[in-house]
Amino acid sequence: MQHGLPGRLGAVALACAAAIWLAAGAAAEPLKVGFVYVGPIGDHGWSYQHNEGRLAIEQALGDKVETTYVEKVPEGADALRVIDQLAASGHGLIFTTSFGFMNPTIKVAKRYPDVMFEHATGFKRSDNVATYSSRFYEGRYVVGHMAGKMTRSNVLGYVGSFPIPEVIRGINATVLGARKVNPDVEVKVVWVNSWFDPGREADAAKTLIDQGADIILQHTDSPAPVQVAEKRGIWAVGQASDMASFGPNVHMTAIIDDWSPYYVARAKAVLDGTWQSEDTWGGIDTGMVVMGDYNPKLPPDVVELAESVRKGIVDGSVHPFAGPIKDQQGNILVAEGEVADDEMLIGMSVYVEGVIGSIPK
Amino acid sequence: MDGSDILISAALTIITAATPLLFASLGELIAEKSGVLNLGVEGMMIIGAIIAFATAVSTDSAILAIIAGAVAGMVLGALFGFLVLILMSNQVATGLALTIFGLGLSALIGHTFVGKTFGGLPTLYIPVLTDIPVIGRIVFGQDGLVYLSIAAAGAVAWFLKNSRAGLILRAVGENHDAAHAIGHPVIRVRFLAILFGGAMAGVGGAYLSIAYTPLWVENMTAGRGWIALALVVFSAWRPWRALFGAYLFGGITILQLHVQGIGVAIPSQLLSMLPYLVTVVVLVLISRDSVRQKLSAPACLGKSFYAAT
Repeated sequence: MQHGLPGRLGAVALACAAAIWLAAGAAAEPLKVGFVYVGPIGDHGWSYQHNEGRLAIEQALGDKVETTYVEKVPEGADALRVIDQLAASGHGLIFTTSFGFMNPTIKVAKRYPDVMFEHATGFKRSDNVATYSSRFYEGRYVVGHMAGKMTRSNVLGYVGSFPIPEVIRGINATVLGARKVNPDVEVKVVWVNSWFDPGREADAAKTLIDQGADIILQHTDSPAPVQVAEKRGIWAVGQASDMASFGPNVHMTAIIDDWSPYYVARAKAVLDGTWQSEDTWGGIDTGMVVMGDYNPKLPPDVVELAESVRKGIVDGSVHPFAGPIKDQQGNILVAEGEVADDEMLIGMSVYVEGVIGSIPK
Repeated sequence: MDGSDILISAALTIITAATPLLFASLGELIAEKSGVLNLGVEGMMIIGAIIAFATAVSTDSAILAIIAGAVAGMVLGALFGFLVLILMSNQVATGLALTIFGLGLSALIGHTFVGKTFGGLPTLYIPVLTDIPVIGRIVFGQDGLVYLSIAAAGAVAWFLKNSRAGLILRAVGENHDAAHAIGHPVIRVRFLAILFGGAMAGVGGAYLSIAYTPLWVENMTAGRGWIALALVVFSAWRPWRALFGAYLFGGITILQLHVQGIGVAIPSQLLSMLPYLVTVVVLVLISRDSVRQKLSAPACLGKSFYAAT
């Protein structure tokens, strides 16, 4: 069962629905699982993928669960009310899927010790609040190898959202991957200062192509850059979800966030009574980061290379941030034989060698 | 790619970035000249965008899509006109509500169109002229809506300055009581002006969803309706200046991306702010003469008209 309810109105309606449900009385009580999304499901990116995870729970656990979602919830006071409402209306497990929901989640969790909370991309935990995120950079490292092989101009174009560690980590992983197979590759970055503005993302992609980039990568949420690449006949990579339909001839692959296995496992854990607060940072090996279908027009050796890197990451023989890694000035960041630890990855705020320009301060 | 190629494609990108802004601001300019402040431009644009995209995907006809976008904008405009002219609701509040309504409704309609795509608009090609180096592709190689937007600027300028209907429209916007006293239908004039504004905003939205980035995603106008509103003030209610403003805005938006791509170490947040900053600066410069500024703003802008008084 599902209730698709938009915004705050949804939360109110939800309370009413819960009241009716309680009055009617239920024999076998299903676990109610609530989701709070920062964007619309129709963004074809971040929130869309979280909703796919919700649907996976329904499919896997059937009538043992009942899910609810509230979309387009602004980060801040509204989030607190929405999360509180979900907790008050009998939800046993609540996923809050944006960084800005961190403090509201912690606050509400204190009031409802019997409700389990799961917060995406945050770092604050408590007895009933777990955190989880994905190692997207592993996918970018794979894509970097492909781009390094496929580029003719040796310039990769990267449409960035905001200069935060998560995005910088992705840029670095890409260039490190590309330089493994082609030491002459450089990456140009254009920041659009938005997660989502199709027009400006398209403009940024056009600009990068005009300046000589022949492969477009993006860390923004709309498929507009892929579409520009299709029009110009240049390879591109999808972000967050599969964007092949926007660039059937140029979509190399996509780095897909797949929250389904994690969500199903966590819901099961609550049902079995084995749920515990912990921090999960899953990568390709856990199935949280998935490579999309490879374009059939890619040369077979490029697909083989991508697959071997992907498998290497899974079995642990390949690490994207294995030394030696130098910054732009040539200083050693990670020494030979060492691997960047998670602390360094989480706080990453310098470009590695091969990125053009400097990070906006 | 050499220098002139970069220049050409930058110019092409600037023109496509400016076109939706130009359509929407010309429409709003006419509405404001009649004395109506419609803050619902963003809402009318996004409704135009989704209806045009839906039409384009289902019929595969760009012309039908543009017409559908215009009609959709007009329908929303008619709703606004009914509320503020007949029911005398507050224009600012109603306009804001219209934007929120448009964003929500477009998301609802657009639900089934996420992930679909459309071929885009064909660009003009005139054998000899388009092949002229540098200016050929800029002047003779655009899509039809770009030419339509420039023609619209000319038509609006001519209409306001030289036609009797334009004179009546301005009279209604400057002093609705006097216009009413000499027998002009104030409400009807304003209603038509709002409908025109809606249609133009709808076409601007249609340009976004079928030519600029031929796809549908929620909230894809991303604030362009508000920029169009600012451009009307920037232009001091003059159509040709609105055209200049739209291209200036588009130009700075694109140039800041190019500057970043070259690797110049300027904070990108500052660069993103630049178009708005320049708008403010130019606004200050052209409004230094406060008397002239007062003369150019329609005197009855935003005021409700009561026929009884």
